[in-house]
Amino acid sequence: MADKVLMKGNEAIAEAAILAGCRHYFGYPITPQTEIAAYMAKRMPKIGGTFLQAESEIAAINMVYGASAAGKRVMTSSSSPGISLKGEGISYLAGSDLPAVIVNAQRGGPGLGGIQPSQSDYFQATRGGGHGDYHMIVLTPDSVQEMAELTIKAFDLADKYRMPVMLLADGTIGQMMEPVCFDLAIDPAPEKPWATTGTEGKRAHNVINSLYLNPAELEQTNIERYARYDEIAKNEARYEEYLMDDAEIAVTAFGIAARVTKNAVNEARKEGIKVGLIRPITVWPFPKAPYEKAAEHCKQIISVELNMGQMIEDVRLACNCKIPVSLCSRVGGMIPTPNQVLDAIRAAAKGGK
Amino acid sequence: MVVFDKPKALLDVPLHYCPGCTHGIIHRLVAEVIDELGIEGRTIGIAPVGCAVMAYDYFACDMIEAAHGRAPAVATGVKRSDPEHNVVFTYQGDGDLASIGTAEIVHAAARNENITVIFINNAIYGMTGGQMAPTSLVGQVTQTSPYGRDPKLCGYPVKICEMLAELEGPEYLERVTVNSVPNVRKAKKAIKKAFQNQLDGKGFSLVEVISACPTNWGMTPQKALEWIDSDMIPYYPLGVYKDRSANSEVAK
Amino acid sequence: MTTQYLFAGFGGQGILFAGKLLAYKGLMDGKNVSWLPSYGPEMRGGTANCSVIVSDEPIGAPIVLNPDVLIAMNLPSLDRYENDVVPGGTIYVDSSLIERKVTRDDVTVRYIPATSLAAQKGLDGLANMIIMGNLLNNEGSLASESLEKALGKCISARHADRLQLNRDAMSLGSEL
Repeated sequence: MADKVLMKGNEAIAEAAILAGCRHYFGYPITPQTEIAAYMAKRMPKIGGTFLQAESEIAAINMVYGASAAGKRVMTSSSSPGISLKGEGISYLAGSDLPAVIVNAQRGGPGLGGIQPSQSDYFQATRGGGHGDYHMIVLTPDSVQEMAELTIKAFDLADKYRMPVMLLADGTIGQMMEPVCFDLAIDPAPEKPWATTGTEGKRAHNVINSLYLNPAELEQTNIERYARYDEIAKNEARYEEYLMDDAEIAVTAFGIAARVTKNAVNEARKEGIKVGLIRPITVWPFPKAPYEKAAEHCKQIISVELNMGQMIEDVRLACNCKIPVSLCSRVGGMIPTPNQVLDAIRAAAKGGK
Repeated sequence: MVVFDKPKALLDVPLHYCPGCTHGIIHRLVAEVIDELGIEGRTIGIAPVGCAVMAYDYFACDMIEAAHGRAPAVATGVKRSDPEHNVVFTYQGDGDLASIGTAEIVHAAARNENITVIFINNAIYGMTGGQMAPTSLVGQVTQTSPYGRDPKLCGYPVKICEMLAELEGPEYLERVTVNSVPNVRKAKKAIKKAFQNQLDGKGFSLVEVISACPTNWGMTPQKALEWIDSDMIPYYPLGVYKDRSANSEVAK
Repeated sequence: MTTQYLFAGFGGQGILFAGKLLAYKGLMDGKNVSWLPSYGPEMRGGTANCSVIVSDEPIGAPIVLNPDVLIAMNLPSLDRYENDVVPGGTIYVDSSLIERKVTRDDVTVRYIPATSLAAQKGLDGLANMIIMGNLLNNEGSLASESLEKALGKCISARHADRLQLNRDAMSLGSEL
């Protein structure tokens, strides 16, 4: 077995990014993700990379845009209010078909909100967040090990599909320490003939751009991008099923909520309740298959979220509203306890909602 | 014998600018400098939002279109991705650089980011059809200051060179114009220096070009060039606002 | 088997460090572990706490709500968490900082005047390690190889001079 080290989730992201070949990081301090910037500030100068603390989240995402246009693996990270500021830049990345990795260690909102963990940026992340028709691939780690693995995956997917990929974490997963193993397979970045690295007088100029004043042309770019999104939906949806084979009740949750839910599912099983967990690992594309299956043999789905009910909409769509879907949640930086989830499971088992 | 030719760094496409607009002249000056320095193959230009938004279709080097005001941040990302190789310039108007993008330009200057900035100041928003710019003069009539810019309502025009000169960071700041042949020559000299500084690793260089917008000023091209002399330059005096290397050479 | 620990006290008392040492020791023992700190303004002088779970099973929620073991290093922490401890659990109290007694009778309580002992023995700032020494001794794992390895992981080479002081503090705590 390879060596494991204890590391904070945020630090695991930073180390994994470096392993993935990321040598450019631009960020702006905000709790609870600042460990990523601090780690990069320490490591980058020693490995010939760039760490730059930008003047704002807006500047940071545009520096990411520049470095990505120049063909580099590049990352930024922030937390909810800062991600709103990055929205403009993310839309431009999507519109210019540029790969980049963006980390959101979510905290409670809206507005300045709080600094405790949350999942209330689900809509923002899965629907795009900025203006225009676009998506990001959105990965939702639930452990420090997954923080590392999915960061590497994020760089691969970003390059493969030429689009921004978001690691949608939260304050808890970012701050907690768990053993993590970095003995991970790394795919080198692909060739990027589209990058603006200078023509060297050998080719026509490359242009990185999202402006199309001809509406027919702009329509075509959108249609082509969505064809790519269809491919992604087909190939990249990821999820974990836990004790779902004989489940009569399904609980669904991602990230820290899934960790809490696993405890509740285990307790409920001890009480003889046939319950399982569906944990999306991508929330865009949203994994429909496990919900379609659950709709065939479960009588109810409980969606456990750290928001007022956002993923629940995707869950209802995924199971075509064939069975009731209820919400079990806390917000504002509060986290549901395993007992709260257990109570919801018990109520569902009794036939209530 | 060819006595006049298009610079190689400009593609052979028609520009969309209005008659009498000075963007064309400034594009040409930038392209001539790129040709003369022989850097087209490693130059990456950052286009703004504004009238020059489609500069990416005109320059033959690699080009990136940036969000409004963010060109200095984008340029930072490109420059830092390969500092020894990449020659990076931004081409920004006054709305882009002096209004929505003030944070980006100030901090790029403060970092002495080794890039070249061509700043077009024509005291108006051209692309959106003639609204008040951060650099519109007091009393200037625009679509959004129909009674003339009133400082009590909207403050005073921003002097970028003077403002940035207060910073420790920047290497070189000069204000020029292109309303006459001698001024065009001086402008080219300044632009060349701003690129040469980058090649020499000296750092942030910005050339502010007082420019004409006859269409939105509601003037003939000829009158617009005269208005630069009569109204713009008294408020925006031409000259070198900072030249660290020159000053340190004098000090020696 | 799963043991849930909650360390609580003021920022600066080494709450997070003690938790980290325990988590690392668990890792060295081949267990599943998690360590979750409170974060934010609390880290800078207010109350600090951290949840540590050491388990033979995969760990679900990393948040400790009902600790098997509570380490309370100030009164607000004891007031806040005393009733959360599971029946049959253990509470470690820094009795030099907390004057009152634990009111429950269904838990084991160990009163350790750690802060004043540390001051007397020239181990300033190591009250946390005195309590840790006592805790690990009670768990029968003070003299383990995994603890030495964990110490090595938690104390960087740059601060190697602190290593022996930490050992001394734990040894002192184990004798109480």
